Amino acid sequence: MISRRNFIKLSGGAVAAGTLVGCAGGMGRSGGGGKVVVVGGGPGGATAAKYLRMFDPSIEVTLIEANAKYYTCFMSNEVLGGDRNLDSITFGYDGLRRHGVRVVHDTVTQIDAAARKIVTKSGATFSYDRAIVSPGIDFKWGAIEGHSAEAAEIIPHAWKAGAQTVTLHKQLLDMKNGGTVVIATPSGAFRCPPGPYERASLIANYLKKHKPKSKVLILDAGDKFAKQGLFIAGWKKHYGYGTSNSLIEWVPAAQGGKVEGVDAKGMAVQAAVEKIKADVINVIPPQKAGKLAFDAGLTEGDWCPINKKTFESKIHANIHVLGDASNAAGMPKSGYSANVQAKVCAAAVVDLLAGREPGFPSYMNTCYSVVGDDHGISVSIVYTFDEAKNEIIAVKGAGGVTPSDASAEALRREAHYAHGWFANITNDIFG
Amino acid sequence: MGSTKLLQNMVLAGGLALSATSMAATPSAAMLAGTCAACHGTNGSSVAVIPSLAAAPAEYFVETMKAFKSGARKATVMDRVAKGYSDEEIALMGDYFAQQKLIPMKQGFDKTKLNQGKRLHDKYCEKCHEEDGRKPDVGGILAGQSMMYLTFSMDDFLSGEREMEKDMKKKVNEMLKETDKSSIESLIHFYGSQQ
Ligand SMILES: Cc1cc2nc3c(=O)[nH]c(=O)nc-3n(C[C@H](O)[C@H](O)[C@H](O)COP(=O)(O)OP(=O)(O)OC[C@H]3O[C@@H](n4cnc5c(N)ncnc54)[C@H](O)[C@@H]3O)c2cc1C
Ligand code: HEC
Ligand code: HEC
Repeated sequence: MISRRNFIKLSGGAVAAGTLVGCAGGMGRSGGGGKVVVVGGGPGGATAAKYLRMFDPSIEVTLIEANAKYYTCFMSNEVLGGDRNLDSITFGYDGLRRHGVRVVHDTVTQIDAAARKIVTKSGATFSYDRAIVSPGIDFKWGAIEGHSAEAAEIIPHAWKAGAQTVTLHKQLLDMKNGGTVVIATPSGAFRCPPGPYERASLIANYLKKHKPKSKVLILDAGDKFAKQGLFIAGWKKHYGYGTSNSLIEWVPAAQGGKVEGVDAKGMAVQAAVEKIKADVINVIPPQKAGKLAFDAGLTEGDWCPINKKTFESKIHANIHVLGDASNAAGMPKSGYSANVQAKVCAAAVVDLLAGREPGFPSYMNTCYSVVGDDHGISVSIVYTFDEAKNEIIAVKGAGGVTPSDASAEALRREAHYAHGWFANITNDIFG
Repeated sequence: MGSTKLLQNMVLAGGLALSATSMAATPSAAMLAGTCAACHGTNGSSVAVIPSLAAAPAEYFVETMKAFKSGARKATVMDRVAKGYSDEEIALMGDYFAQQKLIPMKQGFDKTKLNQGKRLHDKYCEKCHEEDGRKPDVGGILAGQSMMYLTFSMDDFLSGEREMEKDMKKKVNEMLKETDKSSIESLIHFYGSQQ
């Protein structure tokens, strides 16, 4: 008897040897096997690489990721107020290596879809039977006047976690009591729709304890937002929302909330109606698919069109795109979505490599948000696939948000469960 | 050579289970179960707070999902989730999770409570939750389960939020008559200590 663990080790060894002789399109299509290159080691790419190996250890999987460490955006809002440290949202790739994934730290510069070849910055090339691309997002710097990658060193977006998260955290620590923190939300589709409002909540929670004369001013590019009723109820309960000394103020686009320009040196933002000076400025720029998606010609508009059953690109055969970079509507751009899409995609790739029709997919997304101490809320949706329309659709009669009459005990439990979710999803991705 | 053959067979079996060619619009068990992992842990073994599902008896799983679906069992999120699945899909997942090996949760516990916990367990609980709560007999597996989840569950049983099976209720009431409420905590530390 071979235990599963030994089994993985064993075939991991076989893969190392296989690399030397591996040739694209080789390895019997009928009995599994094949060569997959995954680009991007976030929730999408890392999950796909791991689950490919779990589903079919005869597949040779290479993951190319630019950085040795990955900082999760999820729970990074808890780092801002000091509730957790950066270490707790930092992950490496040894777990994937233990699953027999070959991990390469390099930046992919080009994908030759016709030749099925990937080229990296260091000049290495990788051939594949199928590629899976999950490069995340890029920012549309031109959209807000005066905003640029350089300006974001002064007024951090913190919408890719890591150094930016630390900068924003430090600015909050250094801010005077009585200061104003501006959060400007992006227009268009963006990663983690409830994220800006969770951020406002957790910054307000920090201010309430340490700098109670200060406030968070949300300048919104829209007129409504995710889990709005639940957030506002939480803000009323914890942060005096709606009163004259509320810790949070929300200005929708209809009331001049949309930010049109920034002056990083002058620490001001130009909103539709007035110019606003602030002590800490967090402008979250509008977003589009990661640079590689554009360079590889995988985009249509801002995102990558895909077959939503297999996540194969509608533009280039044998390249699958998932996570934030893909247009996987009706699913929101979230870590949970990327993690689930990766499993749907990995299962389809296993089937396709073996010459089988991919099985019927199932999808799920949940976004927990922490609103304050002992106060969590969630939106959870189960999705199915409409083959005729190539659409991901919510299963009728299921899913939804935390009920508005949830007890304090239920909200307390949801805050705990949010942390349980974080531990489990990160272990599912990187462990 | 023998092991290569075995590998091929295993791969084949895995592949077939995955593609679920039998029913066009029913996802495979692995496909369905994979969507729960971000909350319940890879293959149903949770590493924190949220309950593990691995190795739970299929019957308990199915009954529980139906209770979430109908609203008979209250929940923070599972009522919303369970409504997304047909009886057939629930049955598929029930068999899938029952076959997974439970990796007990690594969690902190208070050693001084273990003796009392073990004694109480033997006297009041072992009859149904056999082998110190490790055996997937009735209910879920208690040993190695999330202590926080067990605490929430016992709170709900005692407050009447969650219905207790009547023979269990008898035993629990008997215990609470003879001891105080710290007995529940000791039991939970005893279950959590089994890693
Ligand atoms: C503040 C905040 C809070 C959030 N909270 C939640 C939450 O509570 N729940 C939730 O589900 N989601 C949350 N999200 C969303 C979640 O972080 C994203 O949806 C998720 O990271 C998307 O995963 P991905 O794999 O598509 O992309 P990414 O996580 O961006 O990963 C892409 C990876 O690809 C690499 N890469 C890119 N280009 C190349 C290249 N050319 N070569 C090599 N490597 C490359 C990058 O280095 C990166 O590691 C939050 C986001 C933010 C900003
Ligand atoms: C967003 C996180 C989340 C997702 C997604 C989720 N669960 Fe749950 N699950 C929970 C929580 C939290 C509980 C505890 C009950 C509650 O408060 O909802 C739970 C409880 C359960 C229980 C009861 C366990 C016991 O021992 O009685 C079962 C069974 C279950 N879930 C099955 C599933 C299945 C199957 C899926 C996937 C189809 C799933 N869950 C998806 C969070 C989740
Ligand atoms: C007569 C049999 C019986 C006895 C004795 C019994 N139980 Fe149970 N227990 C059950 C059954 C049946 C369930 C499943 C209930 C359900 O379907 O929700 C259960 C469920 C549970 C659960 C919930 C598990 C989960 O995953 O949600 C806990 C916790 C529990 N029992 C603890 C105890 C403790 C502690 C004792 C001893 C004080 C005890 N039980 C004694 C039959 C029993």
